[in-house]
Amino acid sequence: MDTILRVRDIKKSFDGTGVLSGVSLDIREGEVVVIIGPSGCGKSTLLRCINGLEQIDSGEIWLRDELISGRKKDMHLIRQRIGMVFQSYDLFPHMNVMDNLLLGPVKALKKPKEEVEAEAVAMLRRVGLEGRGQALPRTLSGGQKQRVALVRAMLMHPELLLLDEITAALDPEMVSEVLNVVIDLAGDGMTMAIVTHEMRFAEAVADRVLFLEQGSVVEQGTPEQFFHDPQTDRAKQFLQSFTYTSKRERS
Amino acid sequence: MQDLGISILFKGINFQRLLGGLWVTLRIALITIGLSAAFGLLFGLLMLSKNKIAKGFCRVWLEIVRFMPQLVLLYLVYFGFARIFSLDLSGETSAIAMFTFWGTAEMGDLIRGALTSIPRHQRESAAALGLTPAQIYLHVLIPQTVRRLLPQAINLSTRIIKTTALVKMINVTEVLKVGQQIIGQFYRQPDAAFWVYFTVFLLYFIVCWPISVLAGRLEKRWA
Ligand SMILES: Nc1ncnc2c1ncn2[C@@H]1O[C@H](COP(=O)(O)OP(=O)(O)OP(=O)(O)O)[C@@H](O)[C@H]1O
Ligand SMILES: [Mg+2]
Repeated sequence: MDTILRVRDIKKSFDGTGVLSGVSLDIREGEVVVIIGPSGCGKSTLLRCINGLEQIDSGEIWLRDELISGRKKDMHLIRQRIGMVFQSYDLFPHMNVMDNLLLGPVKALKKPKEEVEAEAVAMLRRVGLEGRGQALPRTLSGGQKQRVALVRAMLMHPELLLLDEITAALDPEMVSEVLNVVIDLAGDGMTMAIVTHEMRFAEAVADRVLFLEQGSVVEQGTPEQFFHDPQTDRAKQFLQSFTYTSKRERS
Repeated sequence: MQDLGISILFKGINFQRLLGGLWVTLRIALITIGLSAAFGLLFGLLMLSKNKIAKGFCRVWLEIVRFMPQLVLLYLVYFGFARIFSLDLSGETSAIAMFTFWGTAEMGDLIRGALTSIPRHQRESAAALGLTPAQIYLHVLIPQTVRRLLPQAINLSTRIIKTTALVKMINVTEVLKVGQQIIGQFYRQPDAAFWVYFTVFLLYFIVCWPISVLAGRLEKRWA
């Protein structure tokens, strides 16, 4: 299968502090790569470099057979092919749900409004938000907002979707309604790079897990291997921090 | 009982005179608001610029405007500058100059606040959709800035309108001054003052109240 994304030894520092120190990553078409690692290890920075929200210091990023790093002028054309959803609810508060959904396809891709609208209605139904097109973002719950944000990204028909901890700001009971949509997309063959702290979700959705620490890939493998038989001590320790020992076992 | 104070408003052209005074008030206010909006945009952008000198300059300007009574500034322009530089400034021009000096700083600070209150993620998620920088401004940043700004800018406008009452102190015949002239003519009528001032009150109310309601509506709708 085709390789969609090729990240080659990228480095990035902020004010002299190295955040990414030589990260390489290939993502094949239809593959779901989950990136995990401790807070501050550079996960968000990696995703932001991929769609050009941050400029890399060295290395190369290729989207299919196009070099996309180091471009300035036409970066918006590249971003039209890479979807991204962030942790914070980033719907446009002055537009209703439908206008949020139409903005990208109609203004950036110049698609006919009616066509996108019909697709948007179908997608909203699919994520359980039928008939909410006229709602303003502030009347939606966090989980609903993130589902709209996912639909908004999907309506651009991106070749690659980047998700940066999209459930981190949600109340626990809303996490699954959002993650189920992502699992659904994965089932449809959407190519994705996902940053998450939800380990069970990571295990369920990933084709490959990438463990990042202090700006380098420390370990990668299948979810079975990574979660049940991690090879490095750092990965073991990290996974350990997500399990709790009961009072009884400790004594 | 034969002559109620209110009747003096309908004697001769007294009411038209009051309306004429109101027009002077509004003319000063409207020109000031227009100039303050234009210069305020520059002022706001300067406050956000990286240039330390420009920023400091704006800060000092804003502070002066905040703590200095408007009347002092008005006298300074009309009696001070005009005389020193032997400018032939009419009261109305002086008033517009002073109010614009004040309005520019206040409006600029509002614009600065509105621009900085848009979260960074708004720009980034618009960029992530593949919009061009111009499209991001047009569809995402400017509409949100205007929504935050407009209610406050309207409130500032009503403050400017009511503060124009001060210009009678530099011999501009605006609505309050006209009112006093009329009262002077009817000094034998004990309740003349009440009716004239009450009418002035109503005129201000008729002008400012709808504007203030509008600001409230916008604020609620766009909150
Ligand atoms: N714009 C920036 N300017 C300066 N430092 C930054 C900037 N963005 C990120 N950093 C720093 O880079 C490091 C990596 O940040 P990043 O957000 O990529 O981490 P992360 O792995 O996503 O963490 P988290 O799990 O908390 O989201 C952090 O130490 C952060 O403080
Ligand atoms: Mg992060």
